[in-house]
Amino acid sequence: MGLASRRVTLSQKEAILGLAYISPWLAGFLIFTAGPIVASAYLSLTDYQILVPPRFVGFANYARALGGADEVFWKAVYNTIYFAILFVPLSIVGSLAAAVLLNVRIRGQAIFRTMFFIPSITPEIAAVFLWIWILSPEFGPLNNVLYMVGIEGPGWLGSPVWSKPALILMSLWATVGGSTMIIFLAGLQGIPTELYEASEIDGASGWQEFLNVTLPMLSPAVFFNLVVGMSGALRVFTAAFVATSGGPMYTTMFYMLHLFNNAFRFLYMGYASALAWLFMMLVLVLVVTQVWIGRKWVYYEGEVQR
Amino acid sequence: MTAQQADRLPERPALGLSGTRPSFLRRRSTRMIGVKAIAYTLAVLLGLLFLGPFLFALTGSLMHPADLYIVPPKWIPSQIAWENYATIWSLVPFSLYIRNTLIITGLAMVGQLVSCSLVAYGFARFRFPARNTIFIMLLGTMAVPGEVTTIPQFLLFKGLGWTNTFLPLIVPSYFGGGAFSVFLLRQFFLTLPRDLDDAATIDGAGTLRILAQLLIPLSKPALATVAILSFVYHWNDFFTPLIYLDSRELYTVSLGLNYFKSEPTAGGPPMAHLLMGASIIVTVPVIVVFFSLQRYFVQGIVMSGIKG
Repeated sequence: MGLASRRVTLSQKEAILGLAYISPWLAGFLIFTAGPIVASAYLSLTDYQILVPPRFVGFANYARALGGADEVFWKAVYNTIYFAILFVPLSIVGSLAAAVLLNVRIRGQAIFRTMFFIPSITPEIAAVFLWIWILSPEFGPLNNVLYMVGIEGPGWLGSPVWSKPALILMSLWATVGGSTMIIFLAGLQGIPTELYEASEIDGASGWQEFLNVTLPMLSPAVFFNLVVGMSGALRVFTAAFVATSGGPMYTTMFYMLHLFNNAFRFLYMGYASALAWLFMMLVLVLVVTQVWIGRKWVYYEGEVQR
Repeated sequence: MTAQQADRLPERPALGLSGTRPSFLRRRSTRMIGVKAIAYTLAVLLGLLFLGPFLFALTGSLMHPADLYIVPPKWIPSQIAWENYATIWSLVPFSLYIRNTLIITGLAMVGQLVSCSLVAYGFARFRFPARNTIFIMLLGTMAVPGEVTTIPQFLLFKGLGWTNTFLPLIVPSYFGGGAFSVFLLRQFFLTLPRDLDDAATIDGAGTLRILAQLLIPLSKPALATVAILSFVYHWNDFFTPLIYLDSRELYTVSLGLNYFKSEPTAGGPPMAHLLMGASIIVTVPVIVVFFSLQRYFVQGIVMSGIKG
């Protein structure tokens, strides 16, 4: 009896200590995440412009966004999806190619890895300034190079047709050699060499090996990068904010830029909260869809144990 | 796991096939040389592509405007204009901005290291009700778009009178800010044998002492990884300072750089060569910090991140 009660107090003591150690996060979660989510749900149902207290308006904010009363909303949705649909696959293919390249055991591999990685730790705004010059239509290096091979370069950031591709190019440069590539590289190095030996005995070519061994073994990394890359791409903000302010002709007005303008330039906090909730639901739907589709093509080693 | 496998790569067994090497192995060695040559060429090209913008920025920032805005273009400055950097420094109080950014980054980094270690220790070493549920919630916060919480957080900090101070940029870090850092440290703590804790407990050490004097010293790679991630994040952050800091004397380097774009100078807005020089000034510290801790960073990611 005495022993049993002593054991209870010990495990209770352990529980109290454990909760005490995680309490900073628990408090932070309530103050900075859970509370704000609830608060923004309420705010999204109000008309709130900071100076006057919030006034309840039901779903008017959502109707305004979805119903077309806000002319920029659907443009922003279109631009953001355009950006994500081009950027995400290109960045995954690019990162995978760079990782495969680094996985060949060549001299100075670590140096190359660092060279590829540097753009991803460059302050985004500095990267934007570098690229504004590179893409400058008249004197920029890119159009100069194009001119040398006989191509008349476009106006890039100033052209309604090329503004989004220009921003995609900038973003690819900044991300292809970053964490996406590192995750692929770690995945590649984790593939057991026996699999390659077996496929060579079967007489597989390098490309067949890549399709039938490397890609399936790498599918969890592809999946992870796809989900993370997609939610990152939908958040594109700084490049457009600094380089184009959404122009020309709203062609680079992305969702986050529109949200920022509403919240912090026009101070429509209620409407911006509705925009934030619509965005969260869009991200959730996309992530759930990806997880659902992912079950069909992602191969986890643990599923079929040797 | 990965490092070991990579080390084993070169000494592939010849499958013990009596004496004669199988044909595919002979073919392989010539194939490998070809593959390596191609890979090397591609890696150099790709490396140039990634570093190209920096090279253009570096040469551009050292050019006189007369060299910059001409056709046909000049790739190398005819005369190196070091004074461009002095001009930048006289136009923008970068020393002040660097100081501000270092204060924010340093304090946030300390907060993140301390609070994430405590939280990760709680998850790794103690049993309490709903521990797994809470941990999954922690991981789930990584999927919540920060934008949903931005507006209420802004209103909260405004209500506290903290706007236009560094506090909104620092304080959240002291509350286990950065779920990924907690995750990373927890994974790392889990790899350290519990026997160590038990031995220290028998010697009369309390839990906090075990964390501070036993686990922390053994977790340098993971802590360095958290430190790098935290430094890079806070140094580069543009959105949060943009929302919270109004006074120019509080600006961070990113905000200062953005403001510089529209700052009127003697002959109109600053020209590309000055903007590029300023961008390099802002970038160099991150790269230096990254290089000096890079060794631990790769180690930390491989040891704790990948094992999941």
